[in-house]
Amino acid sequence: MTAATLFQPRRSSKILRNVGFVALPLLVLVWSLADLTLGRELLEWIPYLASGFAMNILIALCAMVLGTLVGVLFGILELVPYRLLRYPVVAYVQIFRNAPHLVLIFATTYIFPFEIVVFGNYLPFPDWVKAVIGLAIPASAYIAEITRGAILSIPTTQWEAAKGLGFSRNQTLRRIILPQCLRRSLPPWMNVAASITMGTALASLVGVHELLHAATDASTAVRRLDFTVIAYIVVMAAFFTLCYPIARLTRRLERRFNAA
Amino acid sequence: MNISADNAIVRLEDVHLSFGQTEVLKGIDLTVNRGDAVSIIGPSGSGKSTILRCINALVQPQSGRITVNRTRVDQLTRESERIALRKRVGIVFQQYNLFPHLTVLDNIVLAPTRILGTDRREAEKLARELLEKVRLAEKANAYPGQLSGGQQQRVAIARALAMKPELVLFDEVTSALDPETVGEVLWVIRDLIRDGMTSILVTHEMRFAEEISDTVVFTENGRIIDQGSPEQIFHSADNPRVRQFVSGLSGRGPVRDGEGI
Repeated sequence: MTAATLFQPRRSSKILRNVGFVALPLLVLVWSLADLTLGRELLEWIPYLASGFAMNILIALCAMVLGTLVGVLFGILELVPYRLLRYPVVAYVQIFRNAPHLVLIFATTYIFPFEIVVFGNYLPFPDWVKAVIGLAIPASAYIAEITRGAILSIPTTQWEAAKGLGFSRNQTLRRIILPQCLRRSLPPWMNVAASITMGTALASLVGVHELLHAATDASTAVRRLDFTVIAYIVVMAAFFTLCYPIARLTRRLERRFNAA
Repeated sequence: MNISADNAIVRLEDVHLSFGQTEVLKGIDLTVNRGDAVSIIGPSGSGKSTILRCINALVQPQSGRITVNRTRVDQLTRESERIALRKRVGIVFQQYNLFPHLTVLDNIVLAPTRILGTDRREAEKLARELLEKVRLAEKANAYPGQLSGGQQQRVAIARALAMKPELVLFDEVTSALDPETVGEVLWVIRDLIRDGMTSILVTHEMRFAEEISDTVVFTENGRIIDQGSPEQIFHSADNPRVRQFVSGLSGRGPVRDGEGI
């Protein structure tokens, strides 16, 4: 809609997109056709890899939903005037924003029990759920900071105008400030989403059946070097197709918001 | 003691206010009658805007009495009481401060529906009437960012009026505007005052103040130095400082002066 000049970097990013979306799958295809035994082997393992990848998507979605809910709440709490409420939240955010994802995944895996008792019923507490929590913790810490920053970036005159009309602090936050934050925090939120999505591969290290784990299983079973290489190329291509659209969308939103 | 006996809607008595070490108001006495328009003029930093902010409890004075239509503003302790007061006292700011994520119509409708609990349809009807009044009926679905400064300020006026306030405070509402849009905002305020809306204006528009005010108040250094009819203040002020200020401005541009901002 606005200034076509903003779309200058389009060409280079089109080539980039082709590298991910075309070159990687093309490489896999050509290689499989060149060596049909390899192709057949790969075809056989694709459903297994796909089931692993579904787990990555599930973990990423759950971690982001949980992380966003907690993060937005904590971002608001970081700014409340009550120290008793604010300090623990600030501590949480500072600690977990600076903790490696892998460490948190290991921690949640070994800290939480493998089953929990609810009203006498034993409910399993599967590893993938622990991975969700392990990733939701850093996600919530990042999102809390994003939310806090967005709230602070809204001019104080907005608060004053709302106050002048008779809005309470909570009403102002909910009706006037947070809706404006949404716009500003969407691009950084998507960066977190991309980073968490890539982080789901870490769950393989604690035995969750996801894509990377599946690829390792497959290469151990097949025991062919070329198969191992192609399996990991498939893994790369899969993550690329999941994360790159997020990055693209982020950049487009950023551009739109800058133009507005 | 009997406040309701006379026609006063706002009364300030010996109001003192400081921000930290800085004494901003040093004993303000001011009475505004129902239906009157009062202009507060004076050099920048003389406490004009602070007087307005005291009246709707955006700031709290250290001492003195403030009465708004029988409510002792200086004695309000709970936020809910201050909110109740602000529902009755509209304020329009220098920077308009519209909500950028809402359309013009939603900017006006938000407070009546969320705070007064007015039915959405009814609030919209009132909003459209008010937009008609500020001559922006066709902009109902525009966003603030698409409007000029003067248009945004008129929307801000409509937004304040939508709460059906007992009085409206105008805080240098034309100071941030392009010279060519000042006129359209002043038109709207003039209409409003003619309709009998009690108004207190902090302004640098001397001619406008002279034309529409019932009383003009001159402040300097946190004190009211002189007050009286526009004729008195602008043409036969006894106080030499007022005379100097007013004559110093009269030589300036035709419509407005951007003095000291």
